[in-house]
Amino acid sequence: MISTILIIGGGQAGAQAIDTLRREGFRGRLVLIGDEPELPYQRPPLSKKYLSGEMAADRLPFRHRAFYDEHRVELKLGRRAVRLNPAARQVELADGEQLTYDRLLLCLGAESRQLTCPGAALAGVHYLRGLADVAPIQAGFKPQARVVIIGGGYIGLETAATCRKMGCEVTVLEMADRVMNRVAAPSVSQYFAQEHRAHGITLICDTRVVCLEGQGRVENVVCADGTRHAADLVIVGVGAVATTELASAAGLACDNGIVVDEYCRTSDALIYAAGDCTNHPSPRFGRRVRLESVDNAFEQAKTASLNLLDRPVVHDRVPWFWSDQFDNKLLIVGLSQDCDRLVLRGDPASRSFSVCYLKGRELLAVEAVNHSKDYMAARKLIAERALFDVGKLADSELALKEAI
Amino acid sequence: MPKIVFTEPGGGRREIDAPLGITLMEAARQHGVQGVVAQCGGACACSTCHVYIERSWLARLGPREEMEEAMLENAWEPHDNSRLSCQIHITADLDGLQVTVPARQREE
Repeated sequence: MISTILIIGGGQAGAQAIDTLRREGFRGRLVLIGDEPELPYQRPPLSKKYLSGEMAADRLPFRHRAFYDEHRVELKLGRRAVRLNPAARQVELADGEQLTYDRLLLCLGAESRQLTCPGAALAGVHYLRGLADVAPIQAGFKPQARVVIIGGGYIGLETAATCRKMGCEVTVLEMADRVMNRVAAPSVSQYFAQEHRAHGITLICDTRVVCLEGQGRVENVVCADGTRHAADLVIVGVGAVATTELASAAGLACDNGIVVDEYCRTSDALIYAAGDCTNHPSPRFGRRVRLESVDNAFEQAKTASLNLLDRPVVHDRVPWFWSDQFDNKLLIVGLSQDCDRLVLRGDPASRSFSVCYLKGRELLAVEAVNHSKDYMAARKLIAERALFDVGKLADSELALKEAI
Repeated sequence: MPKIVFTEPGGGRREIDAPLGITLMEAARQHGVQGVVAQCGGACACSTCHVYIERSWLARLGPREEMEEAMLENAWEPHDNSRLSCQIHITADLDGLQVTVPARQREE
């Protein structure tokens, strides 16, 4: 008999788990512990419309408070879980409260990788992960304010686009030879680099930040070749690391994330985990992955919740991702790592094209720039392991499903 | 505040007050209307906020844009009255709008 389920983490995964558990008939005590004070809210707008001020704060939460009351969810927000004792099935909060569970779901998320170079702790150096990070960045939005963004990944580029829209002078510094090099094909990187430059952003690749200078407050970002970039505001977007301290201190297996099986179960049979914090098997792609995405948080939370209720379901999904930069939408589906061939569909100059990743004739992933059609078709075709005719695939006049 | 009437997948009826200036998807999600999954939160990247609009109201909503059209094409059982609820902004003249939520949002 499961009478109490605790969820630690009030992000996308935690919020979704509540929904699934109640809809699937769990009537017992349901407690959500989250270290942020706000009701569970969506993070993607934090680098986009919420940062620019176009979206008000009351549009961020997934649900109204009334929803949690109606579904008898005990919200313990602004409360941090500091200790997990699997043998006693207990969680201890920072204020000393002890909670006992029958099943536990860890939705701990990920945290920004920190810059470690000299000067990294100066005032004016920001990260963008949670709601509390936004206001200090917005305070620096003054016309012609000089913003230096370290890292040309999703967060760096989305934030760069927003800062530019707000009238700042923006420089993006990327260590690799192209932006989004871990998540996108060279042609997609090139397209987005051009877009950013066309909007007046200074984008510098192949450059390594060695220190930040300033008297108490950051004034310059210094690169390995000696270049100094004057900065009123620095935003660091150099990746994220899974939040695992609570789990690893409790003896749960962790290795680049909390290790879970295909049922989202950790090395303790009563403890499950979902979202950015997990290292999980992907049956479709035949390897272990750790994904940072809304989709993965949502889907794993759903799967984990069903398994928590002893209804075995395997988590086997084709992941997808998106990014909005200026008026461009990048939609990505699948995992491209094992590919042996890239096929371009359409002309980047037309501002709408896609890149297909193949292994033999099998489609592994698609990156679609302003091309929802290819993206939506690919979601289905990748899941079905459809085999393609490479010649037809390159013909962008043919619909994706007709290139089989 | 305009009232919106949702018919949920199980046949349940939900009448909600939708504040002006937000989208139909956001209004549904805040109240936890069943079946409006809205995974991407309004980025037009997932099609999981697909709904059917009572036909007599369609004209008032304006046409579907190209991106929405492309997303709906691959949604679960799209009809001529299908819309992505994230693309519909709540206005005063939508008071009484009737919306039906599909049985599913995707084939799975």
